[in-house]
Amino acid sequence: MAHDTTHAHESNSKRIWTVFIILSIITLVEVILGIIKPDFLVHTYFVSLKLINWIFIVLTIWKAYYITWAFMHMEGETKGLRRSVVWTAGFLIVYLVFILLTEGDYVHEVLQRGQVAWDF
Amino acid sequence: MEATVTRTGTEGKTWGGGNQPLKVSYGKMMMWFFILSDALTFSGFLASYGFARYKFSNSWPIADEVFNHFPFLHGVDAPMYYVALMTFILIFSSVTMVLAVDAGHNMKRGKVAIYMLLTIIGGIIFLGSQAWEWKNFIQGTYGAIETRGGNVLQVIDNDGHRVALDEFVVAAPKERIQHERTNGLWFTDEPTLARFTMDDVLAGFEANPNLLIRTQELTETGEKVILTRQASLAKLESEGIGVIEGANLQKNEYGNPLFGDFFFFITGFHGFHVLTGVLINIIIFFNVLIGTYERRGHYEMVEKVGLYWHFVDLVWVFVFTFFYLV
Repeated sequence: MAHDTTHAHESNSKRIWTVFIILSIITLVEVILGIIKPDFLVHTYFVSLKLINWIFIVLTIWKAYYITWAFMHMEGETKGLRRSVVWTAGFLIVYLVFILLTEGDYVHEVLQRGQVAWDF
Repeated sequence: MEATVTRTGTEGKTWGGGNQPLKVSYGKMMMWFFILSDALTFSGFLASYGFARYKFSNSWPIADEVFNHFPFLHGVDAPMYYVALMTFILIFSSVTMVLAVDAGHNMKRGKVAIYMLLTIIGGIIFLGSQAWEWKNFIQGTYGAIETRGGNVLQVIDNDGHRVALDEFVVAAPKERIQHERTNGLWFTDEPTLARFTMDDVLAGFEANPNLLIRTQELTETGEKVILTRQASLAKLESEGIGVIEGANLQKNEYGNPLFGDFFFFITGFHGFHVLTGVLINIIIFFNVLIGTYERRGHYEMVEKVGLYWHFVDLVWVFVFTFFYLV
């Protein structure tokens, strides 16, 4: 609605196909990396996560950006709506993931120290 | 009357009241906030998947080995090709959806209808693919041996290839038959009995000297630990309690039970969203055909279901990454 009154008769189909091509290329890169799994990416760690996984996560967020901004037309919405949706999700998810992964890692260490047996 | 009017000095400003600060209709704004809450639900699922994975980070199943089927390619190791194909199907149906929205802006009813139809077909193909994926996961390929501690042991040969239980175990004649409701006094029944008993597996394993046991544990380089022949026999005898073929919510042949649970829950919840998306799309499609939105003067309803449909695609992008790639 933010845009349909001002330029109602303009077609965005060129941009849509461009975004489709970008999304396809990103997915292809992900799949190829996932099949080859280059050794140096798998065995290099950055902030206790494999480099290859960082690449996957960054590419995924990049794809999410294109889907939200271009396909869901977030780029055409007001700043207020954009922030109330994207920032809310962003902060809560980062917080949740941080807590759960830290806790998961801690529980893992407890299992490793042998106080609790998981394989008997 | 003048005295009762409160002047705040914000009249005419964005948040001064009497206007639409977010410049969207009520319906579209609520669709956005529904999507926000749904996104948080999915992140809850995926984050708890991350928790379980960190907790068992040295024994989690390797996704490439689990999801390596492709239609009409039997016995060919095809890691990820199939889910990649599913991803493309969903992204493409997202494209047709956004083209339908675009055609709606230009009030082209015929084009909206065609693109909506293509979107629906894409959604149905995706659902079918997911059903096939579930079928493979539930049936299993190789089978495994359950241990007393609730872990699984998998069988491989000297070259490191997985060996299915069928290939070396011969079921001995049994006297034990499945108890069913029809022949019981208390009208209770029991789960289907496994095809092989632990004794059958042990006999088969001993008769084939080229077989080894692979445990769930991961080495430093991310490969599963393989036991020597002697250790394999000892492990089977001391810890094996039965046979697992395929997967359900209690156990699965791939490893940690949580792996199966999260697979069923997350892809199931997502599949449910795709299903509802397809159903809503069908309703809107027929509304387009009978000209509801033409009479209304705008195609905003198509935009709203479009938002939902793109969201379903967005979630799949994350499920694809965290379940199949990472």
